[in-house]
Amino acid sequence: MRMRHLIALVAFTFLPLMAQAEQVVAALSQTRVAVNANFDGSEILVYGAIKREDAIPENDPLDVIITVAGPEHVETIRRKDRRFGIWINVEAQVVGHTPTFYTVASTRALHDILPPLTDSLWKITADKRILPGMRGLPAREALIRLRKDADLYRTREGEVDLIQDTLFNTSIALPSNIDEGVYTTRIFLVRGGQVIDSYGTSINVQKVGIERWLYNLAYDNALIYGIMALAIAGLFGWGASEAFRLLRR
Amino acid sequence: MQIFLPIAEVSVNAFMLLGIGGVVGVLSGMFGVGGGFLITPLLFFVGIPPAVAVATSANQIVASSVSGVLAHLKRKTVDLKMGMVLLAGGLVGSAIGIQIFNLLKAMGQVDLLVTLCYVVFLGIIGFLMLIESLRAMKRAKGRPGGRPERKKHLWVHTLPFKMKFRASGLYISAIPPIGVGIMVGMLGAVMGVGGGFIMVPAMIYILGMPTKVVIGTSLFQIIFTAGFTTLLHAYTNHTVDVLLAFLLLFGGVIGAQIGAQIGLKLKAEQLRILLALLVLVVCLKLGIDLLITPKELYSLGV
Repeated sequence: MRMRHLIALVAFTFLPLMAQAEQVVAALSQTRVAVNANFDGSEILVYGAIKREDAIPENDPLDVIITVAGPEHVETIRRKDRRFGIWINVEAQVVGHTPTFYTVASTRALHDILPPLTDSLWKITADKRILPGMRGLPAREALIRLRKDADLYRTREGEVDLIQDTLFNTSIALPSNIDEGVYTTRIFLVRGGQVIDSYGTSINVQKVGIERWLYNLAYDNALIYGIMALAIAGLFGWGASEAFRLLRR
Repeated sequence: MQIFLPIAEVSVNAFMLLGIGGVVGVLSGMFGVGGGFLITPLLFFVGIPPAVAVATSANQIVASSVSGVLAHLKRKTVDLKMGMVLLAGGLVGSAIGIQIFNLLKAMGQVDLLVTLCYVVFLGIIGFLMLIESLRAMKRAKGRPGGRPERKKHLWVHTLPFKMKFRASGLYISAIPPIGVGIMVGMLGAVMGVGGGFIMVPAMIYILGMPTKVVIGTSLFQIIFTAGFTTLLHAYTNHTVDVLLAFLLLFGGVIGAQIGAQIGLKLKAEQLRILLALLVLVVCLKLGIDLLITPKELYSLGV
């Protein structure tokens, strides 16, 4: 209820005023990422400018925050405990949709530019974005911790370059163990602890070539795929045996 | 050189996979084990999801076993008749094992039971083999050039349905080999391995087969059990990664040939001691993992 009030407050009072003053215009170096056999992560350049009608306001400094979120999945989190002297999984918890990848890049330290309320409203940091309703629950904290340790949830403070309060750019590294799907990118303009404009776009990550073909075959024609796997194995075993026989002759 | 695997959905170093395949291939050729109990943990270690690791190693085992068996066939160290009898039991065992596996999966504790199976079976077999081979070695040293050992009259010789296994020099009932096949097939399906490390000692100590033919015959049987497992995983779980298997088996088939050559140069007792030690090391590692407090109590995914 309180949240709805806040959104209404922002929508009716701040946005119409602010949006006129400063607007973000942005683009990505690529909106498609092709995952082929030698895919080893990818760098996406996010760049843009701030469009204004008037002079640059002098009161508060301007900051840019950029987030990229991977496709969302339902996850099962298991907890181990000691039973009869050995460590076994004793508990499994299914938690709602969480992105497999989440990165936040900003011009300065987030706690300096983003008050908790604004953060909650726009769901910017991982803490506010990932299962905020489950905050404090060990399973949710473990999920965030595991993903942070695996470098899938990242915070890159000070990595957005802002030139003369007008041009900005940063590069977002997509990991090599990437998930297929749509990656949503959000760009926020922050001034005086308020989001004054935002812009959203997406990156489509897809397997191509032999990767695509094998993946489709494995799921659509599983039996043929299995027989093919066995045929390759048999052929290679025989081939190696013959090759060694010839070598020894 | 990094390569992206289509089913595992991770990017890994291709040379590392070739290396893993090669090392396991050498062991496979030397001892007549498929190497599933080694390759699966190694794949976990390099970051392949467990489900993909288990299914794909079954595929790799097929290739290295084919390569190994052909080398043994040329040397006439495969008892095909015994292999067929074991296989008949093995397929029945696999079918039963898969039912057990699915039952455990529904109960949600399949990982633990698989690990426990590994620890218990690897431990017992490794320990028994080590003691037996050390004793055999001591005997051989104590009486250099002594009279050849008299064939022992095992309990298996008293059962009906006798068959002649010429390559093994055995005239025994068909019941024990079928029984061994069923047991190994069952354990293999539950543990996600070919089952060579159980098959080899069972052939030596239960059936009384000469070590010379044991390895080739075991490999022969493993081809079909592992093939059946691969097909089943590909069909039901879509977890066989052909690209991963290709890299592993490329290293594996070469390794298996080298292993078969090394195996010929070593004495049977030495081979058995080495295999026993290897089995014990894997068992110890898995056992310790169950006992020590894990760094992270939580885990994600399947």
